[in-house]
Amino acid sequence: MAAISIDNLRHSYVVSPRQDADWAVKRMSLTLEDGGAYALLGPSGCGKTTLLNLISGLLRPTEGRIFFDGRDVTDASPEERNIAQVFQFPVIYDAMTVYDNLAFPLRNRQIAAADVDRRVREIASMLELDDMLGRRASGLTADGKQKISLGRGLVRSDVNVIMFDEPLTVIDPHLKWVLRSKLKELHFRIRRTMVYVTHDQTEALTFADRVVVMKDGEIVQIGTPVELFERPRHTFVGHFIGSPGMNVLPCEVRGGKAIFAGEVVETANASAWRGNGKMLELGVRPEFITFGASGIGVDVVKVVDVGRYRVVETARKDARIKVLVPEGLPIPEGRAFLQFDPAHSRIYEDGWMVS
Amino acid sequence: MTLELRRVTKRVGAEMHIHETNLVLEEGSFNILLGPTLAGKTSLMQLMAGLEHPASGEIWFRGKNVTGVAVQKRNVAMVYQQFINYPNMSVYENIASPLRVAGMERGEIDRRVRKTAALLRLEGMLERRPGELSGGQQQRTAIARALAKEADLILLDEPLANLDYKLREELRDEFPRLFAGRKCIVVYATTEPTEALLFGGNTATMHEGRITQFGPTSEIYRRPADLTTARVFSDPPINTAPVVKRGDTVFIGDGIALPAGRLAAVSDGAYTIGIRPHHITPVPKGNGAGVIEGRVLVAELSGSESVIHFELGGDTWVSQSHGIHPFEVGSVARLYVDVDRGFFFDSGGRLAAGGE
Repeated sequence: MAAISIDNLRHSYVVSPRQDADWAVKRMSLTLEDGGAYALLGPSGCGKTTLLNLISGLLRPTEGRIFFDGRDVTDASPEERNIAQVFQFPVIYDAMTVYDNLAFPLRNRQIAAADVDRRVREIASMLELDDMLGRRASGLTADGKQKISLGRGLVRSDVNVIMFDEPLTVIDPHLKWVLRSKLKELHFRIRRTMVYVTHDQTEALTFADRVVVMKDGEIVQIGTPVELFERPRHTFVGHFIGSPGMNVLPCEVRGGKAIFAGEVVETANASAWRGNGKMLELGVRPEFITFGASGIGVDVVKVVDVGRYRVVETARKDARIKVLVPEGLPIPEGRAFLQFDPAHSRIYEDGWMVS
Repeated sequence: MTLELRRVTKRVGAEMHIHETNLVLEEGSFNILLGPTLAGKTSLMQLMAGLEHPASGEIWFRGKNVTGVAVQKRNVAMVYQQFINYPNMSVYENIASPLRVAGMERGEIDRRVRKTAALLRLEGMLERRPGELSGGQQQRTAIARALAKEADLILLDEPLANLDYKLREELRDEFPRLFAGRKCIVVYATTEPTEALLFGGNTATMHEGRITQFGPTSEIYRRPADLTTARVFSDPPINTAPVVKRGDTVFIGDGIALPAGRLAAVSDGAYTIGIRPHHITPVPKGNGAGVIEGRVLVAELSGSESVIHFELGGDTWVSQSHGIHPFEVGSVARLYVDVDRGFFFDSGGRLAAGGE
C-alpha cells in the first residue's frame, strides 16, 4: 500500500511544447492518501488517462516527480512500482481457463499453490465467477471477460495501488451496478489505494471517497462526492456533475444582492463579491429549486418523466432553468414561480465560485 | 404508413436469435428497443432494414410485402454505435453522399445538407474531415447523414453508447427536436432504461430474442406485464423476493411482515414481489409504508442520491433515495418500503397486482 504524491508534474506528447495547449497534463501537485479510493473524472481529452499512466509508470513525465510513500519512483517501471491495472477492454488469455487467468498474476510471483488457490476462489466468489472457473476464457461474453480482467487486477494482495481505466464502459447497466458496488465493498475490506478513471460521473461519485475533476489538463476541484455536488467551485464542475447539471444563469450583483432577469435572488455568497468587471453567473442545481406561490416567474416548457423524478424545463426569456421534481409532487402548468434555495445558490465570476 | 413484422423469426444455424415476433410501428413514431446485450435488438433492426432476411414470417411496409426486398431498395438509414463516416470526405460530402447516390439535383442537395447541418450544429465544420472532429461531432455527422436522406425508416443502434456521459446527455436532449414533425419511423436501441424514459415514445422491452411487451414507454415502465419486463425496465435492478400474501399482510421469508396496502386486493397465496429501489427509503414515503431492517453491505453517497445495498433474507437489496443519508457498512439499516408502489407477479411471472 502506498500514499502517492505528485510534485509539479507536467506532461506533453509534443517534443518541444510551446503553447498551453501542447500540455496534456498541466503543472499540478497532488497527494493521494494511502488506502484511499480516488476517481479521476472528466470528459475525453481532459488528461485523466495521461495522469493515470504517469502514476502507473506507463508514461514518463516531461517534468516533475512522483513519489510512492516518499520514495521517488519517477524513473521506475510499472513492475518496480508494484501496481495492478485494469483497462477498458479485457486483457486476458483466451486459451487459459478462468481459474488460470485469475491465478496468473500470483503464480508469476512464485506464490505457494495453496495461497494461490485461496485467493483465486475468494476473488472468483466476489465476482460471481465460481461456477465457471474450469471454463476456457475464450467462450465468455464481453461482460464475463471484463470480470476476469477485474479479478486479475484485484487478486494480488501485495500491490501498492490498483488502477482502473474506464473498467465498466463495456458492461451492461445491470451488471455495472453489481460490479461497482462489489468494487466499493472490496475497497472497504482491503483498504488499498485505488485510482479509477472515468467520464461517467455516476461511477466516479459512487465508487470514490474523493473525486479529482479534470478539464483541459488541469484539476478543477478535488472533493468528496457530497462536496462536489453541494459546493461546486467552478461552473464546469456544477455542469459536469449532476444529471441534469447545475443551471448556470447570467446575472449581476448590486448592493451585495444577486439579480437575475431583473429579480433579486438570495444567494450564499453574493455579499462576498468585490467586483472586478468579469463575467458573472448564478449557479443553482435543479435539485435545489422548487415551485412556489411567488418567486421568479417562468413558463413551464417541457416535462420529462424519468420514473423516480421528473425533469421540468422552464423558461424565463432566453434563459432555460431545469427543475427536478420528486415522484408524487405536483407540477404546475403554464405560468409558474420558482424558489431557489439560498444556501445552494451561488455567484460565479469568470467560472469560479466567488468566496 | 406503418412497418409491420408478421410472425417474423430469425435463426442462425440451430440457434433462434429472434423468436416469433409481431410488431406494428406507426408513421411518425419514436420506438425504443430496450434490453441487455444479446437480447436481439440488433438482429431485429437488421430484419427491419432488410440487411437480413427472416427465417419465417413477413415484413410489410406501407401496405406492401417487402420481406425479400434488399436494403438498397428500401429507403432506410442506419446509425451505429461506432462512428461510421467516410474518412476521406468532408463533413459536407459525408452528409450529401446518400443524396448524390440517389441522383438528387445539386441545389436541393445543398439545401438539405445545410439545413440538417444546422439542426445538428455542424455548420462550422462542413469543410472538415471526420478525423478532425470530436467523437460527438463524428456521431452528429452520421446522424445528419441519416436525417438528410429523409428515409422512411431510421434505425439507431445504441448511437450514444461510445460517447462521454455529458455529450450523451446533450444529444439526448436534442433528439426529440431532431425528429419532431417528421413522418419517418424511428427505432432506437438501448441497454439503458433511463434513456428510454427520457425519450418517451413507445418501448419494446426485449429479452433473449423476444419482445416481452410493447406500448407507450411510461405505461410499460409503470405497469410491466411480467417480471422479465420489470427487470429489463429497472435501473438500478428491481428488488425481488418470493413472498406469501395473507389477508392484509405480505410475508418475506420467515421474519419480515409488511402491510400489503393496495396489494391486499389480490387473492391470498405465493407471489414474487418486485419493489424498485427508489421505493425503499430511509424516511417513510407514502402512507402505511412497511419497515424492513437489513445489514448494510455498501453505501454510496453521490451528493444528490444515497444508494444503500443491504442484505435481506439472504439476498442483496438496494435502496435509492434523494439527498444524503449516511449508513455505516456492517450496521443494520432501518428502511421503509412503499408497498403500494410494488408489484406482485404470479408463479408464471405475470403481473397479478400493482402498478404505479
